[in-house]
Amino acid sequence: MNALERARPALQKVLSAGSLIIDPIAKRPYESDGLTAIREQPGLVALPASVTELKAVLAVCRAFDVPVVPRGAGTGLSGGARPQKDGVLLGLSRLNRIIAVDPDNRVAVVQPGVRNLAISEAAAPHGLFYAPDPSSQIACSIGGNVAENSGGVHCLKYGLTVNNVLGLRVLTIDGEELVLGGATLDAPGFDLLALMNGSEGMLGIVTEVTVRLLPIPAVKSVLLASFASLESAADAVSAIIAAGIVPAGLEMMDQVATGAAEAFVQVGYPLDAAAILLCELDGEAADVAGQRLRVEAVLNAAGAVEVRVAANAAEGDRMWYGRKAAFPAVGRLAPDYYCMDGTIPRAKLASVLRAIADLSAETGLGVANVFHAGDGNLHPLILYDANSPGQLDAAVSMGERVLALCVAAGGTVTGEHGVGVEKLDAMCGQFDAPTLTRFHAVKSAFDPRGLLNPGKAIPTLARCAELGGMHVHGGALPFPDIERL
Amino acid sequence: MSDVQFEASIIERVAAATGPLQICGRGSKRFLYGRDIGDYLPVSMHRGIIDYQPSELVVTARCGTSLAQLNEALAERGQVLAADPPQFGGDGTLGGAIAVGLSGPGRPWYGALRDCVLGVRLLTGHGEVHSFGGQVMKNVAGYDVARVQVGAHGTLGVVLAASLRVLPRPAVEATVTIDASRADAHATVVKLGRRPLPITATCWVAEKLHLRLSGTDQGVAHALDVVGGERGDASIWSVVRDHRLPFFDTHTGLALWRISLPVAAPFPDIAGEWLVEWGGALRWCRTTADAEHVRALVAALGGHAHEFSAPAGFARVDALVGTYQQRLKHAFDPKGIFNVDRVPGMG
Repeated sequence: MNALERARPALQKVLSAGSLIIDPIAKRPYESDGLTAIREQPGLVALPASVTELKAVLAVCRAFDVPVVPRGAGTGLSGGARPQKDGVLLGLSRLNRIIAVDPDNRVAVVQPGVRNLAISEAAAPHGLFYAPDPSSQIACSIGGNVAENSGGVHCLKYGLTVNNVLGLRVLTIDGEELVLGGATLDAPGFDLLALMNGSEGMLGIVTEVTVRLLPIPAVKSVLLASFASLESAADAVSAIIAAGIVPAGLEMMDQVATGAAEAFVQVGYPLDAAAILLCELDGEAADVAGQRLRVEAVLNAAGAVEVRVAANAAEGDRMWYGRKAAFPAVGRLAPDYYCMDGTIPRAKLASVLRAIADLSAETGLGVANVFHAGDGNLHPLILYDANSPGQLDAAVSMGERVLALCVAAGGTVTGEHGVGVEKLDAMCGQFDAPTLTRFHAVKSAFDPRGLLNPGKAIPTLARCAELGGMHVHGGALPFPDIERL
Repeated sequence: MSDVQFEASIIERVAAATGPLQICGRGSKRFLYGRDIGDYLPVSMHRGIIDYQPSELVVTARCGTSLAQLNEALAERGQVLAADPPQFGGDGTLGGAIAVGLSGPGRPWYGALRDCVLGVRLLTGHGEVHSFGGQVMKNVAGYDVARVQVGAHGTLGVVLAASLRVLPRPAVEATVTIDASRADAHATVVKLGRRPLPITATCWVAEKLHLRLSGTDQGVAHALDVVGGERGDASIWSVVRDHRLPFFDTHTGLALWRISLPVAAPFPDIAGEWLVEWGGALRWCRTTADAEHVRALVAALGGHAHEFSAPAGFARVDALVGTYQQRLKHAFDPKGIFNVDRVPGMG
């Protein structure tokens, strides 16, 4: 009898019947998150309906040494919520109460299962909104956003989740509740809030989030610029920033992506353009009008073939609609696609896009690029057919090479999707063994027994050694006393 | 001395340390701390900008770079360090600013210093140098150890260099001044804070509310119409930031408190003089009130208080958070070498 089997009666005791899923069929929806290629049947699924039940689940798991994998809405793209067969999958979706919207203090206090968009919807009657808007915002939960430090299309101006969360309540695996920050703009002590954001549920379980709300901009203005080459579009991105403008959003789509989007939703994208840029400006009407003139001038000077300015909100929405539909649209080009997520300095956009195109030619796998150009955050979609032998492996291998390109360009292997299980190998290339060891020490400071989401986000040194990615200096392995398998 | 030489020498120093070391920049914020413990570990000679790409909105500089030099280099390219950390006595280094973690008057609108730190090069107590974070804004690879250095008071290691996000300097800035009581000024900034106006700093002091508006010509002109008031002097912002107003004089026998509160929270019932920044979120108070009384009143309103004029008078964390702080400290500085007694919030 393994630990999970021993823990099961205790879990049944602390959870109501509907809160514990044992039946293999009923557990199936929890086998993966948004990274569906990586699946595992969870040992048990616990869906606590209250923080009290959540604490009880953690107490049982702690007592029986059972691993706990937290899960929000399951929209994550890096396998951060991939379950364990001998563990408990801890779904937080039922902790979905908006505790308070406080318009004068411009904060909302919510439980982790509240959907990202639901926060903005609740704040809208007060003229306020929650800024980070990952593309999954209709479904993804704020707890998951904190775990992954989610971004979105408006990060350039408004920042990521970490820049918009003011307070957290976090349960440690020992069942202790850490109260970090609150409705204030700073907090005493170490910035543990920053540490929790993006920690992929490995340091604690978020039970409450206080987010900053911002006034809804009076006006939004959307421009669409077409370019004859990827390079000129990429250069225009840098030129806009260099001109002192920080747009709310600055997105690029290449010809493959615009073609797919146009075929899917018919929004009037120019099909002959090698790339298009979508630029959104927001603020007070007068300010936006001033910025728009400058952006138009910069885009024209950067060699735009055509610059369209949305005449009204409906036209702006239509321009965005194609961008937002781009992923499903690309999904129609091939049976499967593999979405990558790396960030590079903006100045390297043109050269890295060119290198990705070369990889595509070499491997024969198509690539569509739809991404947050203003942030240098690439999302190459590698097209493949999982039913065609070898293609999945080829796509994964090409993805690894794309991430290596990002690191070589001075960037990072994940801009906003997280490491999860997907990018563990890529992490070996980005960080040396001593640095990975420090990350493991951070984990141990909060969860010394390694029960929370084990095996995610930070690769073991053994894994990196096996990959050959270990930084060997002068022929000597760092930490020779650490066993490598 | 080259970077390699400097790092080699400081690594050697740390590796050989048998007792505590006190990391020293230019000492402009020394008054915040208690007694000196350990040998000095000077780092202010490790200075200069390593890389600055204006179109990337990122600057990377060595820890000993003075804030003045950094600001000057950015200004030449029409950019600013948006968090605008204070330069007490007109001095201060990047490393010191990160250690203390204070941000300037624009913090609620432009972000805090912790928001713009993208990456650090960190020397830990193991005598190892690591790169955490990077030079790009979006980066979720590994725990956000870089940001944690902000406000860690050098207790987790020596920040040798840091990459910071910078912002374009607004095309136009205007400062306006409105006569207002504290209560009226507070109500005004809370109300204005709910509107999408290009306000980028507020300060109420001596019965006057000062507002800074930033943006395009057209945007600022419109906002001036909305907020009203008289055109004021823009120098108020650096004067307040660097505590050059008589209000901040700490030789008066009055304690100076830095009080962080939710923007709309009422004023705690403390007799004293006030100065209010950050749209109500940061309130300074000069008072003779009992320290524990001040802390308790502020805590009851959801805030925290730092007795700024008292050595080691920092706002405190609770015992549980303190336990985890010590464990984190241990993960980076197991021998407890760096900046002993300065783990923040430990009372």
